[in-house]
Amino acid sequence: MTRAQAFRRGFLDCAPFLIIVVPFSMLFGVAAREAGLDVLQVMAMSVLVIAGASQFTAVTLLADNAPVFVALLTALAVNLRMAMYSAALVPHLGHAPLGTRALMAYLMVDQAYAVAVRTYEDNPGMPMAVKVAYYFGCMTLICPFWYGFTAVGAVLGQALPAGLSLDFAVPVCFIALLAPLLRSLPHVVAALVSALAAVVFAWVPWNLGLIAAAVLAMIAGAQAELFLARRAARPGSGSGSGSVA
Amino acid sequence: MISDAAFWTLTVCLGIGTFLIRFSFLGILGGRALPGWLVIHLKYVGAAVFPALVVPLILWPDATGGDTDPARLIAAVAALLAGLRGSVAGAILAGMGTLYLVQFLTGQL
Repeated sequence: MTRAQAFRRGFLDCAPFLIIVVPFSMLFGVAAREAGLDVLQVMAMSVLVIAGASQFTAVTLLADNAPVFVALLTALAVNLRMAMYSAALVPHLGHAPLGTRALMAYLMVDQAYAVAVRTYEDNPGMPMAVKVAYYFGCMTLICPFWYGFTAVGAVLGQALPAGLSLDFAVPVCFIALLAPLLRSLPHVVAALVSALAAVVFAWVPWNLGLIAAAVLAMIAGAQAELFLARRAARPGSGSGSGSVA
Repeated sequence: MISDAAFWTLTVCLGIGTFLIRFSFLGILGGRALPGWLVIHLKYVGAAVFPALVVPLILWPDATGGDTDPARLIAAVAALLAGLRGSVAGAILAGMGTLYLVQFLTGQL
């Protein structure tokens, strides 16, 4: 496969994700305008951050009068998963020049990352330059759509009638992001602890209850995973179904 | 209302911070492995953060002045069920669609 072919294949392999990127970025544009940002601010955020879940998080918390440091900390926590992506890409892309790696880092988004790593693992013989081309093929498709439909949402949002309850698009987007994560029992445990703790800590000022709930839930998920692993490892435990992650 | 100072501080810091997270291993740390205890907790970041964000928004929506709205509860469940079937776009459509349907049936729309 030449680099041009790899680029094109990455482009096509990521095309199905536009079904997610288009409504999601558009809703971000709409929701951010609802929260009181102007078009320039909405676009600045989408260009500087390109990480939808954390953008929704940051805007939601700011609109809720949370202090900046709480909004920042929570939004960064949402993005911490990308440290894992970064580590997972090192064996495939780690030898590229520094500037290229910086550009690849800027463009790192969930769906394209998942597609790229799967392709690399399915094709161990792929030369590095071809892998880099494939990666840029993936991201080249997603990124302009992300910017473009943020802009469409930001401009159209104000024209939509208030009766459409567009405030509800924010929780719906978070649910859409959450549901695919509930793929094992420990993930479900973490989510339930998080939901319960959010209600229990709702009185805590400055939205710090959110951070407390998230930390508790992460510990709960990790402990549930360790518990299931121990139970599965125990000889003669019968079930041995350790369906962990 | 979000103040300009708060917005730009947050956006610039979030942009830099997010880039550094993405750049961390690929750019700086190379092939070094994350400590095991960190990996096992990072796996649950999404499942730990999103419910805590979403539950107050659903239980006490600003749009109703903080009163619990059955239409929003039903719509949230519909979105979750559609999402569990594996479709992000489906979850968004099911959530908004169910909200409009319930609002229409109860004469709110």
